[in-house]
Amino acid sequence: MEKAIKKVKTVPFHIVKRDPMAWYYNLLVRAGAVIAALLVSAVFITLMTQKNPIEVYASMIDGAFGIKTNNPDLRSLRIWSLLQNVAILLCISLAVTPAFKMRFWNCGAEGQVLVGGLATVMVMMFLGDKLSMPVLIIVMILASVIAGIIWAVLPAVFKALWNTNETLFTLMMNYVAIQLVAFFLKYFVKSGSGVLSPMPQFGLPRIAGKDYLLNIIIVAVITILVYIYLKFTKQGYEISVVGESENTAKYIGINVKKVIIRTLIVSGAICGIAGLLLVGGTNHTISTTTAGGRGFTAIMVSWLAKFDPLYMVFTTFLIVFFDIGAQQVSTDFRIPNAISDIVTGIILFFIIGCEFFLQYKIVLNKNRKENA
Amino acid sequence: MGDNVAIELRNISKYFGNNAANKNINLKVNRGEILSILGENGSGKTTLMNMIAGIYYPDEGQIFIDGQEVTIKSPKDAFDYKIGMVHQHFKLVDVFSAAENIVLGLNEKFNLKKAVASVAEISHKYGFEIDPKKKVYEMSVSEKQTVEIIKVLYRGADILILDEPTAVLTPQETQKLFAVLRKMKENGKSIIIITHKLHEVLSLSDKVAVLRKGEYIGTVNTAETNESELTEMMVGEKVILNIERSEPKNTEDRLIVKDLDCINRDGVMVLDDVTFTARSGEILGIAGIAGSGQRELLEAIAGLQKLDNGEIFYNDPSTGNVENLRNKTPIQIRDLGVRLSFVPEDRLGMGLVGNMDIIDNMMLRSYKKGHSIFLERKAPKDLAQHVIESLNVVTPGATTPVRRLSGGNVQKVLVGREIASAPTVLLAAYPVRGLDIGASYTIYNLLNEQKEKGVAVVFVGEDLDVLLELCDRIMVIGSGKVTGIVDGRTATKEEIGLLMTKTQSMYEKEGL
Repeated sequence: MEKAIKKVKTVPFHIVKRDPMAWYYNLLVRAGAVIAALLVSAVFITLMTQKNPIEVYASMIDGAFGIKTNNPDLRSLRIWSLLQNVAILLCISLAVTPAFKMRFWNCGAEGQVLVGGLATVMVMMFLGDKLSMPVLIIVMILASVIAGIIWAVLPAVFKALWNTNETLFTLMMNYVAIQLVAFFLKYFVKSGSGVLSPMPQFGLPRIAGKDYLLNIIIVAVITILVYIYLKFTKQGYEISVVGESENTAKYIGINVKKVIIRTLIVSGAICGIAGLLLVGGTNHTISTTTAGGRGFTAIMVSWLAKFDPLYMVFTTFLIVFFDIGAQQVSTDFRIPNAISDIVTGIILFFIIGCEFFLQYKIVLNKNRKENA
Repeated sequence: MGDNVAIELRNISKYFGNNAANKNINLKVNRGEILSILGENGSGKTTLMNMIAGIYYPDEGQIFIDGQEVTIKSPKDAFDYKIGMVHQHFKLVDVFSAAENIVLGLNEKFNLKKAVASVAEISHKYGFEIDPKKKVYEMSVSEKQTVEIIKVLYRGADILILDEPTAVLTPQETQKLFAVLRKMKENGKSIIIITHKLHEVLSLSDKVAVLRKGEYIGTVNTAETNESELTEMMVGEKVILNIERSEPKNTEDRLIVKDLDCINRDGVMVLDDVTFTARSGEILGIAGIAGSGQRELLEAIAGLQKLDNGEIFYNDPSTGNVENLRNKTPIQIRDLGVRLSFVPEDRLGMGLVGNMDIIDNMMLRSYKKGHSIFLERKAPKDLAQHVIESLNVVTPGATTPVRRLSGGNVQKVLVGREIASAPTVLLAAYPVRGLDIGASYTIYNLLNEQKEKGVAVVFVGEDLDVLLELCDRIMVIGSGKVTGIVDGRTATKEEIGLLMTKTQSMYEKEGL
């Protein structure tokens, strides 16, 4: 053959899917990811701010747990605030989870929480001095849950009957909710400032003298209920079947439309409760930013936990820890918020990125020798 | 002779996780030669070919083309080495014409006129029948396949790989394809054809390479071998391929289907005036080219398909009542004892949920029982254990997700669940698709057992040899019409093949 001898091109590596691995390997990869993330962030912090990265991390932990302060009040305030934030975010994550398990991409938790909160604040404002406390609380619960359900069930009905895109629909409903709150603040705040002063006298009761204990207990109960609902009930089973394969669901006679609507009622109701806890149990007032983007963060929390309510406790904690920690770093070192956000981003990138190494492995190609 | 080798594989291995999909495979194909790759499903045929076509990258081993070692990293590399693959699932743009699809993605100046001319030239050279200007969505399956083959030839491929090309063709179309392939061979092309149909291997190829469970068993010259030797190489042991067909006993009309019409979303009449009777204690086969309305027919009986006309009467053996299934929901139909063990193209798409374990899949049928809001997993667990043991399902355990089982075992899980509930009508569509020979015969025997128990079995199959061996009567449908119902014991393959392509319904012909 007179063909010119071509040099054999080699590829340095290729990617192969791997079998599911033992739990300890899983744990090892994740731990490795966190350590790698901390190292990369450390280099970044040193380069950008010339601060000692260990001090920066210490300040992060301080922000979350108050380890550095000698003031026990401040420490307990920080820990309670951490737990309170975990509770609210966890609650919203639990709310979107049944919908996500059904592959219904509910991106409207933000709005559903907000209308739940709006309903609560309206009850507080207009009925607060007219009803006795127990009745008021019942009305608040009902109002917030119903409001959340309405906001979630509208896109679900349209999806079930006319197969509209739920992602767009739920997103749009967020803006409607924000505008409703803005409208409410403009027309019902008598001072005209657009800021509603808190009404703690009509809020949810304190337990054992702690502001947020009730919130935390309620969310803990919801966590367990959602876990049981998804794993052990017939309705939870139907959600999984519809999510995995709509064809199978139809084939075995599941009424898919009914399941979609029913699941979004659950989803919306829990969002409504999150709104109640935010307004009735925490802020005692409302603004257009009361939900604070948690409706979107919850999507990430739920995915990170692979839709398992128990894992979600950890993923929520992780996200909230970084968030609060980053704020503390900004204050302590007087560096812009953006730097802390970037650090959080790097860490999340590694945690999510390590999933790749759990599912695939990289095979290095040995140097092939010409053995013709 | 050595210079004549077009492509050679040496010690090629490919691993998926801990499984070796291919292990130390050696192959050689000469110019002007047809090589069949024979092996059961899951034996690694397609994986091997995908490595030649640049879709996968081998973990170990070397590929030589014309005696030169090469590295094929991408389908583009494969094209540069003049390798072309026709995949099992066609990759064409529906709204484009044949010629447009053929030139698509080529790095040359777009000139449709020239393209049409050279497509016509290629067609003429090899004896294809194709209209270059016809749009893909107007084409039949065999025309689409022709387009795929011309596409590969147009790019100058000298080595052609065809993955199960006959799976979607009628016997007549298969003969036509084989004639074309022989012509290519005379023109010096090397052809590798993947198949698991023995008689095709024997009639077409020069050499046969056999794979079993990812391992290379050997290459034999077709002239020097026979069906039973090849089967033995493929399965690893002597198998007796025999279906015992008993005479139907105590038959009575169980399902009476009358004048079914069904128009799908695209406005195509997928069922046109379908009328037939399924009897208890009998296997009724349904033959036809894939997509002729088989799926819609079974779905209609199971209550999953909206009908535009017609009735489905069910004689309930427990009450003696006649029920019209058309007015019932899928759940009501199921409760009457009509079971659909439907196996759609993607196997896990309908009867089972891939990510759920065997127990939860058993529960799909029964989870609604009882008034508790909680699931009851005890009975499904026992059923899962029973199915695993009685049908020899190979699985690490009952809590393994079914998507991780092999095709044959998935099928056993599905059929096992369906027959566990003592059906009166069993609808099975392509129940052996993708199964190896041993597993296929297990399924055939299961269907036979059901028939002997007095179940009315409706079996949609694609292998005419099996239909003729297994079924008591065979109904042939073409384009949604019943073109004939023949006796399974006396009909011939040619007769059924002709009925498959006939578009006129038997009723029209008889002037009814």
